Amino acid sequence: MIHLHFYLILSAIMFIIGAVGVVARRNAIIVFMSIELMLNSVNLTFVAFSAFLGDATGQVFVFFVMTVAAAEAAVGLAIVIALFRRKRTVNLDEINIMKW
Amino acid sequence: MTLEQILFYLFAFGGVVSALLVVTRRNPIISAIYLIANFFCLAGIYLTLHAQFIAVVQILVYAGAIMVLFVFVIMLLNLGDERSLRDGFSWKKVVAGGFSFGVLMELVYIFMIPSAPQTIEMTRATDIGTVEAIGHVLFTQFLFPFEVTSLLLTAAIVGAIVLAKKNLD
Repeated sequence: MIHLHFYLILSAIMFIIGAVGVVARRNAIIVFMSIELMLNSVNLTFVAFSAFLGDATGQVFVFFVMTVAAAEAAVGLAIVIALFRRKRTVNLDEINIMKW
Repeated sequence: MTLEQILFYLFAFGGVVSALLVVTRRNPIISAIYLIANFFCLAGIYLTLHAQFIAVVQILVYAGAIMVLFVFVIMLLNLGDERSLRDGFSWKKVVAGGFSFGVLMELVYIFMIPSAPQTIEMTRATDIGTVEAIGHVLFTQFLFPFEVTSLLLTAAIVGAIVLAKKNLD
């Protein structure tokens, strides 16, 4: 029987790995993939609590999180395509026209 | 070690290793493949939690739709191992890694404090993970968010098309 703590610690590890990916990488596509990793770790927390507390609300919320993640990935990648069409790069260091 | 424990540790190890490989590879296609592997490991972990519907939806939506979108965009933009995309070593990454390790140790400490009775068991997990149980809750208690997500998806479709289409002027 796997205790709840193990699921939470696994979720924390994956969240931190995703956060490091968002902060430390310069490729916009990899940053998007790290964001998806963080969303998945939160999904794991929701499902673990839902199973251990006997409430289906957690899994329904995971359903909504997946929907929002799909919509956000579509719009985010459309933005990356539009950006690439203008500047021919996805390197985040070169997208700095709003820097003062 | 029961089979359940062996499967959990196997999928957990696979998930962590594939997550590490996602954020460290140079080629974005290789990162996308490792992310797909991570989603499959997560689906296995959902199955150990008796969440059948969420496991299947994870593979259908995440690995089957979102990652296909990612791979299409990477192929469309023809991103490879370009020199300008090569992330070099910098001290900022070391500091980020250090802070992240600190936050991870904090989270592990918080999760390991015995604050509640330790004997939380999965008693009703098999009942609530089925399609019927989730459908019942989704269409009665969460009906309004369900309808709002349809609006959200429509807005996302329109937004994505408007952002990514070529200007014909």
